[in-house]
Amino acid sequence: MITFLANPKRFLDFSNAIAPWLAVLAAVLLGVGFYWALVVTPPDYQQGQSVKIMFVHVPAAYMGIMVYGAMAVASLTGLVFRHPLADVAAKSAAPLGAAFTALALLTGSLWGRPMWGTFWQWGDARLVSELILLFIYLGYIALWNAIDDPVRAAKAAAILSLVGAADVPIIHFSVDWWNTLHQPASIVRPGGPTIDRSFLIPLLIMMAGYTVLFAWLWLVRMQTEILERRARSLMMARGA
Amino acid sequence: MADFFAMGGYGGYVWPAYIITVAVLIAATVVSLQAHMRARRSVQRLEDDSGENGESQT
Repeated sequence: MITFLANPKRFLDFSNAIAPWLAVLAAVLLGVGFYWALVVTPPDYQQGQSVKIMFVHVPAAYMGIMVYGAMAVASLTGLVFRHPLADVAAKSAAPLGAAFTALALLTGSLWGRPMWGTFWQWGDARLVSELILLFIYLGYIALWNAIDDPVRAAKAAAILSLVGAADVPIIHFSVDWWNTLHQPASIVRPGGPTIDRSFLIPLLIMMAGYTVLFAWLWLVRMQTEILERRARSLMMARGA
Repeated sequence: MADFFAMGGYGGYVWPAYIITVAVLIAATVVSLQAHMRARRSVQRLEDDSGENGESQT
């Protein structure tokens, strides 16, 4: 599968074939998810209706980390096998991961204000490590833009993404290591989820919707990068 | 209906969170698709040009 898709032409054909299906699936999942989250779910017995923010906050935070994982794996693949498509995959994921991470911070802040009494708390390890994740994404994007040669840019950016990967376990375990404002895990924990099914099902639909939306936009952005590289090489061939 | 918008007193936090989310997801989609169309057009144009040059030279 991977070696088959490693050919850019075949990758373009394959992604052209599945991209529309991903777009439709993302629209359906997000349509159902938003309706269910906003209209169907009951208020929480402690948090009241503010719990509705969970359905946009948790998927965004989850995607911020998942996209980073995908980007780091693609970066490592690019470094080891020196394949341009892996570099393209890593580069194309970064802006989407940054957008999800920014959303996690913004929606979290809007949830924190009524529940904790503050938009932001520098003493909370989860909040600060999530902000650092956003900065790593932005640094990664800036590094790509700063180096003209795509091969050298890919190498430098890949190393940055692997060093920055150290932040991911810190984000995950921050709620256990430092017991501050942010609540501990309630879905991925030993002993199964502690969250009620009336919340869990719409939350999982939203997470699926975010994931498929990312998959679609990731393919579209990878195609764009391949087309831009083709345009550049055509331009150079013409100049010569 | 008014109850729905009030969100039990949390409307001032719930609605901005949803509006920001929808805005960012739509913006990410629009920006990605626009860049894609632009790249597709410029490759098309360059390929057409080099095709014409190739013909005129032969």
